This record gives sequence, C-alpha cells and structure tokens, in this order.
Amino acid sequence: MCGTFKGGGCCTFDLIIISLNYLTLMSKEAISDEQILEEFTSKEYEHGWHVDFEADEAPLGLNEDIIRFISAKKEEPDWMLEWRLDAFRKWKSMAEPKWPNVKYPKVDFQAIRYYSAPKQTKKPESLDEVDPELLKTFEKLGISLQEQKRLTGVAVDAVIDSVSVGTTFKKQLGELGIIFCSFSEAVKDHPDLVRKYMGSVVPANDNYYAALNSAVFSDGSFCYIPKGVRCPMELSTYFRINAANTGQFERTLIVAEEGSYVSYLEGCTAPMRDENQLHAAVVEIYAEQDAEVKYSTVQNWYPGDKDGHGGIYNFVTKRALCAGNHSKVSWTQVETGSAVTWKYPSCVLKGDYSVGEFYSVAVTNNHQQADTGTKMIHIGKHTRSRIVSKGISAGQSQNSYRGQVHVMKRAEGARNFSQCDSLLMGNLCGAHTFPYIDIENKSSQVEHEATTSKIGEDQIFYCLQRGIDEESAVALIVNGFAKEVLNKLPMEFAVEAQKLLALTLEGSVG
Amino acid sequence: MLKIDNLHASIEGKEILRGINLTVNPGEVHAIMGPNGSGKSTLASVLAGREDYEITEGSVDFQGTDLLELSPEERAREGIFLAFQYPVEIPGVTTTNFLKTAVNQIREHKGLDAMDAVEFLKTMKEKMKLVDIDQSLLSRSLNEGFSGGEKKRNEIFQMAMLEPTLSVLDETDSGLDIDALKIVANGVNALKNSDNATIVVTHYQRLLDYIVPDYVHVLYRGQIVKSGDKSLALELESKGYDWVKEEVAAV
Repeated sequence: MCGTFKGGGCCTFDLIIISLNYLTLMSKEAISDEQILEEFTSKEYEHGWHVDFEADEAPLGLNEDIIRFISAKKEEPDWMLEWRLDAFRKWKSMAEPKWPNVKYPKVDFQAIRYYSAPKQTKKPESLDEVDPELLKTFEKLGISLQEQKRLTGVAVDAVIDSVSVGTTFKKQLGELGIIFCSFSEAVKDHPDLVRKYMGSVVPANDNYYAALNSAVFSDGSFCYIPKGVRCPMELSTYFRINAANTGQFERTLIVAEEGSYVSYLEGCTAPMRDENQLHAAVVEIYAEQDAEVKYSTVQNWYPGDKDGHGGIYNFVTKRALCAGNHSKVSWTQVETGSAVTWKYPSCVLKGDYSVGEFYSVAVTNNHQQADTGTKMIHIGKHTRSRIVSKGISAGQSQNSYRGQVHVMKRAEGARNFSQCDSLLMGNLCGAHTFPYIDIENKSSQVEHEATTSKIGEDQIFYCLQRGIDEESAVALIVNGFAKEVLNKLPMEFAVEAQKLLALTLEGSVG
Repeated sequence: MLKIDNLHASIEGKEILRGINLTVNPGEVHAIMGPNGSGKSTLASVLAGREDYEITEGSVDFQGTDLLELSPEERAREGIFLAFQYPVEIPGVTTTNFLKTAVNQIREHKGLDAMDAVEFLKTMKEKMKLVDIDQSLLSRSLNEGFSGGEKKRNEIFQMAMLEPTLSVLDETDSGLDIDALKIVANGVNALKNSDNATIVVTHYQRLLDYIVPDYVHVLYRGQIVKSGDKSLALELESKGYDWVKEEVAAV
C-alpha cells in the first residue's frame, strides 16, 4: 500500500495537482481543524497513485518545445496544446506594459523554469523544526495549532489530509451538478466546457502577462455552477501558491449559469515564502443571466524584506464578463503581500441591468509597490458599477489606484460610483490615484470621490490616552479606514484580514 | 494623589510652563483658569504625556509613581483621563468598539479578565444615563460628524466608562450651549467621589457654576500666580484677568 504521503517516495505530479485541487474544496466554515484531522487519521487515501515521471523538470527558458513538454507532461489533448502554442506566438509579438506606476528590474523570461514537478521535500516532523518567525506570525494571526501544522506541512500532511476532506464535499457538490476541480482535471474531464469558456473573458492575447499565462499555465481551478443552483458553501482555494512550485502561472475559470450563485474565496492568509519571483495568473468569470458571483481574495505573498530584496512580482489579469441581463459580479480583495503588484479585477457589463462591484484594500509597507484598481466597462443598458478602493501606504512604499470607468454609447442609464481613499503612514511613502473616465452617452451618471489622509499623531495620541497601546491603535484606525471593504468579506475571512492588516503595518508608526 | 513640583515644560525650545506647583488630594475639584496662552492646555497635555512637550525641570508624582516616567497609555491605565478640548475623529471606529478596546486593555493592565460583550453593554447602558447619551451616537464613527455638544458628552461618557482616578477636563465648556453645559457638568458631578479628583481647565467662570471647585488657581505665563476658593473665579469673572497681570507685574 502506498497510502500515505510520507511513505511514498513515488509521489507524482498528477497526484499533487489533484490533491491541491481538493484543497480548494475546503470550506472553512463547515469544517473544523479537528474534523480535518479526524478525517485524515481515520481514512485511507482513496486515490490511486499515478505514473512516475522520469524527467521532473523542463530546462530553463521558454520556446515551443518547452510548451510541448509542459502539455505532454500534463497529458493534454491536442486542442489544449494548440491553444497554448497560439498564445505563445502572440506573446512573442507583444511588449511588456510600461504604464504601471511600479519599478522593477526587467524579468528575464529565459531564466525561468516553466515546468517543475514538485520535489519530495523533507517535511518537518514537528512545529519545532519550522521557522520560528513564521510561527510567530501564525500566532498573531490567531491560526490554530492544527492549522499551523497544516500550513507548514508538518508530518500530519496537509495534502493528503485535505484530499479526504475534499472528497466529502465533492460528493455534496456533485449532487447539485457543481463542478469544482483543478484546471488540468477540467481539461480532461470537461473539455467542452473548458473549450467554450476559456479565453472568452480574457483572450489569450489580452495583455502581455495573460498571453504568457495562456502559453505556460501550470494549473488552477475550474468551477461550474449549473442553471438555477445556489452553491451551498463558500468555495475556497486555500494555500495554493506555495505548494510545489506549481502556483506560478495559475488559471482560474468560473462559469455561473443562468440564475446561479457562488461565493468563491481565493487566498492564503499565511505569509508563505516562495522562491518564484514572477507570478502571472489569469482569472476568468463568466456570469449568465441573473447569475451572481462573489470573488474574494486575501493576498499575502512574500513582500520582500525590509530593504526591498526579494518578494513576489504579482502580475495578474482578473476579469468578469456579466454576459447575461441582471447578472452581478463582485470582486473583494485585501492585498497585503507581494513586492510588486499589478492587478485590475474588472467587470465587463454586457448584459442589461448587470452589476459590477469592486471593493479593495491594498496595503503597502517598506519597499512594496502596488498599482491596482479596476475597470468597469458598461456596455449594456442600465448597468451599474460601484468601486470602493482603500489604499494604505507605509514605510517607503508606493501605492497607486488605477481605475477605468468606460460607459459605451448604448449603455443608456448606466451608473457608476467610485470612491478612492488613501491613508498615509509616515513621510516616505506615496499614494497615487489614476482614474480614467470615458463616457459616451448623456444618460449615464458617473461619480468619483477621492480622499487622502494621514494617520494622525492626534488620532494615535487619543487612543493612547484611553489606555490603548500604539499597535492596537494603528490596528483600530486602519481597520476603521478599511471597514467598508472588510465588511464585504465572508465573516471568517474578514477576521483574518483584520489581523493581517494590523500585522502588515506593525511598527510602521512612531 | 497628584503632586506637581516646579514643573517646567517647553515646546520647540519655547518654555511654556515655568515652574508649576500644585497638589491635588482625593475628593477634590481644582479649577485652573487663566488668559489665553497662559499654559493651561499645555499643563493638561503634559499630564497626559503628549510627546511634543519637553520636560526641562521639576517632577510629577501620581499616587507614589513618577508620572513623567510613564508612557501616555501607562498613565491612562494608571487612572489619568484627559477630556480633550478637541476630541479626535476616528472614521470607521465606533465609540463602542473604541471603548471596548480601551476598557479591556486597562483591565488587562490591572490583571483583570476582559469584559465580555454582555457585561460591557450592561455597563454602557448604566453610564449612558449619566450623560444622557443616545445609543445611536455610540454606534457611529467616533466623533465623526458629531456636534460640539455631542463630542464633549462623548468625552464624559468615556470618562464614566474608564473610571479614572484623576480626570483633567481641558476646556470642556468651550463650544457648549447652556443645556449641553449642564448635561456635561451633571455627568462630571455624578462621577465624583471621595477617591477620585478632577482638574477643570477653563477660560470662563460659567462652567464653575455647575462644577463647583474646591480650589481655583490662576495660571499666567506658565506659573500659578494666585490660588483661592471658588470666590476667586467670581472675582475673575467680574474684573477680568488684568488685575492679576498687574499684581504679577508689581511683584
């Protein structure tokens, strides 16, 4: 029996992908850590082990052969390979965008390894072997011991553990006709759906990094909610990026059929270190008539050290197409990590009366740079959008909001409300707002409000005088500032996000 | 309870307090009056521990502790409360949430368990009556969009919740109409007992009709130049500050 992760030196790539994907099925609300553990300990691993690969890694660099290699490793059908190659050819003719308000050394795309099977790294036997700094952070985030073990991959073995949990949910979801699986699995098991929707919201040649992702994407999630189904649990991807180097180029596709509803959580609220410098993900959401999708992100990737060394470049394309009338998509994001962020979760409001929302808290500290915002493209009649962006800058960081509101000619009666607030901590950071507003008809109504404030010494002193220490004071003030956005997060996420904000800004006043 | 001895304080090199001497005992109410720029608010800020001021000389003893050695939050936890002349707005933070954080940090300091939500709300309800404050106000962002009267009432409500040993009211009467003034004063009087003390910093005698002081001190050019009982306040009201200034000049 090759039934435990520890025992198997024969771990394969496929297994990891499947396991990871099951991880995404975790519903944090419904399952306690104890239950997870119990599941793990009382249940054998149910899924067979797959073929062993001889070669585990692609050589460095990017060319058509590499893409063929990736596709072959993933046992993809021809159409998928062709799609990748087509994207690659487009990418080669494109140039890296220069307009974001961020500075970073030029990425050498030939120095990156685009395929690497997860290494069987030695797992720590107990928490004593885990980086104490990391444990301290967990403690401050209020993450339970069991969860800490899971996140740090201590012997309990998060991956297998979650497989069994995932299976339970998979059955429940399956009964409703909901598909929630890894992208690779979807390519194999649901090719018609993938072919129909992949690239329909973010075309392969949409932008430089989307094209790169389309060519080399490693894996991701696929979610399909059938007509009239209300997904009974929050679908959560948890702790994906750090797993086995496969998170570098993720791809997520969510399809919500007519009248369906789903709330999707993406994120890892633990600051995992990752060797990968460049992350270029694509998220596509397709919403049919009367469908509603909520997509919440808490992003906390490695921001680099205090002097600005290291850290993730996070270049993400996230877009939703409100294709049907009365459809609605809400993006909620809490961004605290990454060295450089370049990310604009957008809504294309094609259906009449469709609604797009964007709620964002972006925090930058030390040398972090963020250029983030949204695009609301009003095409359908009486479409509505709402943008609430809260930027918090500390240290020597630069935090930019970049938003576009485009009301097309036929979008009669379209409405938009945008609010962009910036909070500065200290004198060395910067906050910038770049709103672009294009209105092509007279019946629409667009409002933009912006404020910039500094966390005041007066505010801090007021808290101190009431007996509140400085750290708690900053947390209070920042969470108050971000409240409108945090309120949009699912309850449990919101609590973690609050702690995360405080943690990110620790020591940045005074 | 409080003994200020020859206290000198300056800001940006400019000396504001030039040798303050003041002793406050439990159960007493002291009023500190004086013309604009005499150092009244500076004294209040220095007692609360605002870092903008540099203490150049003198000492402050509070219940046997060297107050000047304590950080502002330690002073607060030890029982010093400052009712701000200009209460600060904190958007997105309700008074309730703010006070819950404060109460529990003070309790932690005293080695007490945190107050649970039920107990906290019960205490709040009791104290709300003292200053005739409405629940809806406490659910709004702290001081944001509050009227002048609401802000001051909220300060006294916080004082009621935190149960300080020594309260310093910095120009709490400024910007209040007579009704609001009465409510605030009634609140302060209701909180008075034989174990705590109050320092009322004010420009006008008016407030002292409602919060009756045991002692009145006149602060002028950073020193207490005259002390007396409540009749001194009335004298100042009728004569103004000029006669005090003249007296000082004559010395």
